[in-house]
Amino acid sequence: MERTGMTLAEKLLAAKLGRPVAAGELVEVPVDLVMGNDITAPVAIRAFEAAGATRVFDPDRVALVASHFVPARDVSSANQTSTMRRFALAHHIRHYYPEGSGGIEHTLLPERGIVVSGDIVVGADSHTCTYGALGAFATGVGSTDLAYAMATGRTWFKVPETTSFVYHGQRQPWVTGKDLILHTIHLIGDDGALYQSMEFSGSAIGELSMEDRLTMSNMAIEAGGKVGLVTPDAVTEAYERGRALRPPRFLAPDPNARYLAAIDVDVSRLEPQVAFPWLPSKTRPLSEVGDVPLDQVFIGSCTNGRLTDLRIAARLLQGRRVAPNLRLVVIPATQDVYLKAVQEGLVEVFVQAGAMVSAATCGPCLGGHTGVLGAGERCLSTSNRNYVGRMGDPTAEVYLASPAVAAASAVTGRITHPAAILGEEVA
Amino acid sequence: MARVSVAWKYGDNVDTDVIIPARYLVTGDPKELGPHCLEGLDPTFPAGHQPGDIIVGGKNFGCGSSREHAPLAIKGAGVPCVIAASFARIFFRNAINIGLPVYESPDAAAGIGMGDEIAVDARAGTIVNRTRGEQYAIRPLPPFMQELLDAGGLMARLKRELAQERAAEGGNP
Repeated sequence: MERTGMTLAEKLLAAKLGRPVAAGELVEVPVDLVMGNDITAPVAIRAFEAAGATRVFDPDRVALVASHFVPARDVSSANQTSTMRRFALAHHIRHYYPEGSGGIEHTLLPERGIVVSGDIVVGADSHTCTYGALGAFATGVGSTDLAYAMATGRTWFKVPETTSFVYHGQRQPWVTGKDLILHTIHLIGDDGALYQSMEFSGSAIGELSMEDRLTMSNMAIEAGGKVGLVTPDAVTEAYERGRALRPPRFLAPDPNARYLAAIDVDVSRLEPQVAFPWLPSKTRPLSEVGDVPLDQVFIGSCTNGRLTDLRIAARLLQGRRVAPNLRLVVIPATQDVYLKAVQEGLVEVFVQAGAMVSAATCGPCLGGHTGVLGAGERCLSTSNRNYVGRMGDPTAEVYLASPAVAAASAVTGRITHPAAILGEEVA
Repeated sequence: MARVSVAWKYGDNVDTDVIIPARYLVTGDPKELGPHCLEGLDPTFPAGHQPGDIIVGGKNFGCGSSREHAPLAIKGAGVPCVIAASFARIFFRNAINIGLPVYESPDAAAGIGMGDEIAVDARAGTIVNRTRGEQYAIRPLPPFMQELLDAGGLMARLKRELAQERAAEGGNP
């Protein structure tokens, strides 16, 4: 078969431009949504105003979300959120979510149907690639690109090359989307998909929930990826029904699409994965982790702070206590997740177990607040990065894993397989 | 002749969290960010470097968070440019957008050592290593990005576009 067709990334850009595109081409493209947060938007707002811009291209297509340092942790961060508030109110930004009303943008925007399949999205946060799980071309940019896109409704891209990742086989119990993406980053390295589109497909992706797919696309950036895409299917349709604020557009790659490489992953032999300090690629199967005592466990973030994540954690913590001298911090990713976790009794389980639960925020994931690590401390986190100093002191160690491994590890005080605390046989 | 600078050489995957830790992201002012540049990776850098010194990294420089504060901190520290074997895409875009030159050169990244005296000649597309007597080629920027950099970055382009828009509206009320 002649490889002249388009990948999903190419199809998404082509649909927006109304003409075929090919990898390597430079395109200027209208955006369906632009997004900023309390750290990146203030810098963009200053650039926007300094350039003499007086209006945003479309107040209905700008999202400004207070997520990182909320509620304000000090005077300077309070001033940043108020800069964003002033701008959002002055420009009648439709999707403005101040403290307490939204949560972490990457969980919030899909949850509220603000981003939909087929969208072209730029967001001033690297985990904007999360929305690729819906089949949206969504990528992180900096504040200056955000300012330009807010003013003009346009941005420029080099059409990326695509690597195809095909997952097949039946997952073992306790193996989640987080384990699939950690394993994938381990396979290709921290820059293994640099500048590329990662296209996730195969029967094992078809069987993943939307939450698990969002977790996978979220961490495409940890392999250097520009976007991490899943072709919309029945799971996508069910997820978007009743929430999409605009009509989703389902696109699929051509059968004869040209890929830079195709990587085949058999998930049937995969164990839960743990990334060791100080790179997400330094991942090992749980059985090869050894004895790693912990000072803190964090369950939350745009990667794994959704309701399904909290349910798994609560199932493991029900009737148990966190290990002596270990801190467990649980942070629902959005206020909606928080409310449902209260209504379902999950928060009660967490507090009974000895956890600290807070309102939606990125919090400790980026060493912001509510769980910053001290010198030499060791934390297992369900978030996405374990770089030097990411969660606090440069000598603190961060291990990345799924919410199930995190909850089990909080109970024993060392990195632990979830099956072990349930008395199940470890597969 | 290009000025001679001292190289501060680091490895692969220098991420934006070590370039400027998140706890300092309460300002967008390069002067406030500069004193903390690279402190997580190399505590001797903030006090030890001189304005004009150059940061040299390996593969995937600037990976991680999209924070534009990272190139702003490097600029604020008085570092005129960054050389690396390769750059993470968001960092690369941000650097061009704010007018921080970034030079991709796997040979330079492999050849330059900590403390080497180097001179960058962007026009000629070369980096000369005075300490080791070597010369390396810079991979040219894509023409679109070179034009953007030459025109003063993305905000200069926005200003121009807004001026054109206003002129058009003024001419046709």
